[in-house]
Amino acid sequence: MTDRPANGGAAAGDHDPLAVPYREREESITVGTLERTDQPVSGTQLEPETELLTINLGPHHPATHGVLRLLCTLEGEVVRDIHPIIGYVHTGIEKSCEDQEYWKAIMFVERMDYLSYYFNAMAYCMSVERLLGEEVPPRAQYLRVIHLELNRVASHLFWLATAALDIGAITMLWWGLRERDLILDLFEMSSGQRLHTRFFQVGGVFEDIPPGWEAKCRSFLAEMPSRIDQYEALLDQNEIWLQRMKGTGIVPRERMLALGVTGPLLRATGEPWDLRKATPYSSYEHFDFKIPVGTVGDNYDRYRVRLAEMRESLKIVEQALDGLPEGPYITGNRKVALPPRHELATSMEALIHHFKLVTEGFRVPPGEVYTPIESPRGELGCFVLADGSSKPSRVHMRDPSFVNLQSLAEMGRGSLLADFIACIAMLDPILGGIDR
Amino acid sequence: MDATGLEMMAQRVREAVADDAVVGTHHAYDSASLEVAPARVHDVLTHLRDGDEQPYGILASLHGCDYLPSEPRLGVHYELLSMQSRERLNVKTRVTVEEPHVPTVTDLFPTANFHEREVYDFFGVVFDGHPDMRRILMPEDYEGHPQRRDFPMGGEPVLFTFNEHKLPRWYD
Repeated sequence: MTDRPANGGAAAGDHDPLAVPYREREESITVGTLERTDQPVSGTQLEPETELLTINLGPHHPATHGVLRLLCTLEGEVVRDIHPIIGYVHTGIEKSCEDQEYWKAIMFVERMDYLSYYFNAMAYCMSVERLLGEEVPPRAQYLRVIHLELNRVASHLFWLATAALDIGAITMLWWGLRERDLILDLFEMSSGQRLHTRFFQVGGVFEDIPPGWEAKCRSFLAEMPSRIDQYEALLDQNEIWLQRMKGTGIVPRERMLALGVTGPLLRATGEPWDLRKATPYSSYEHFDFKIPVGTVGDNYDRYRVRLAEMRESLKIVEQALDGLPEGPYITGNRKVALPPRHELATSMEALIHHFKLVTEGFRVPPGEVYTPIESPRGELGCFVLADGSSKPSRVHMRDPSFVNLQSLAEMGRGSLLADFIACIAMLDPILGGIDR
Repeated sequence: MDATGLEMMAQRVREAVADDAVVGTHHAYDSASLEVAPARVHDVLTHLRDGDEQPYGILASLHGCDYLPSEPRLGVHYELLSMQSRERLNVKTRVTVEEPHVPTVTDLFPTANFHEREVYDFFGVVFDGHPDMRRILMPEDYEGHPQRRDFPMGGEPVLFTFNEHKLPRWYD
């Protein structure tokens, strides 16, 4: 193996796809390379001499919600094939995590899927807690649930705002962002940051909620259902919205499962699969909520499912606030969590713990775990491989956007280009999560 | 799945596929893990999806990792999920850096397409039979597999107009 590149490259020999020159790897799609040419859309016939047009949608295109590049093959205005090309915002977060102590990696993973930062932190912290065998106090679990569900509402609001903008309803953008700001105000009050809060710690949460937070949150909860009514009144009566949504982008349930699609996209096809119900974590079994499901799995169902999910999330937050247990908000294990600040002045032991945690971090016994949670976009799994040191050997996020993107070609094939834009909007891809 | 169920599962896989298919079983942190021989991955997953009495119909995730310094270094993990029993099973296989070949499972689970490309991109594991075995996140002309543990962090030349002709394979 002498011809192996010095930087750890594979000695793949003849199978190395890099052996194909760069310019030849991305050639246009022709009739010959198309799949499913035997199923043309109604009214069109794909003749061998039909000229197909290959265009780039993105990476800089407002409808792609980031820097997603789609190589579209069009026959007139009908989309024949789609090849997603990703990696434009790959920043190597997973690699960077390997160079950080466990507690420092939290802020790295939060920046993957930048609309659901609490979920990223949750999946990562749960994985590390499992490796450590650390119990999370009940109050911390409830505080986590409250913030997770608020984050879910905020994420869905941002999705609704931008998705409606793609269809042309600009009012929804202002309304959605207006309510999202109320949630960000709550985040700012509890953690000091509006985005990327780093509120979740290994073993609990960073700080207890401040006085007045609960009242502010309750006033939001009282206000929000009527706002969702307003969204429905705005969109559900809208003929343009309904015509663009109903009957477009249908993918059957079995195909979605084969493609590994999870979350609202899967539930819109009628599969009631939600990890909060199926395998409850962080006290989700204490709350009474429903799993909204769709019937046919078109874009309209996806919209309805997410809207209904927002209402369910508000119900969960309300129940969690009602039943918020007293007690510590982070584990008492000083080997994992920082000691309270006031102890540092009086206790030598607390000072040593503080020093060791800040300088070296805690060590995690060797092992590997994969922990899935239900993020706004589906199953968000975190794989952590520990080698016994204070830095993870591998952190991998199974990001739902990354997997769900594979279903985009199935949704869009055979539809009009304009409907395909609606499919991208309803897919809700977050490129920060896809590229990591 | 508990430890006993895992052993029974391993025995069923050995009977159905081959004696050497299962290399080992691990049960830790409430999760079960079945280590299989790289050449048998496809057969084992076929059996687990269709043939077993406890079928695992969904591939939830597929990811790679680098076990440096232990050998064989590279690991490929398949996170299987059964929606009926709401249980998960981790199937993993380990290959060497010199011979990083694993059969693809895209014909069994179409979702594996992007995942396998990602593992190839970051670890250099080649999935034989994959319909589109290219890099997915790194640039197409990138050399090396950056998630390997011996791949240095940083120190990479940044592409500018003045040095783009010097960077490897940029023009081809």
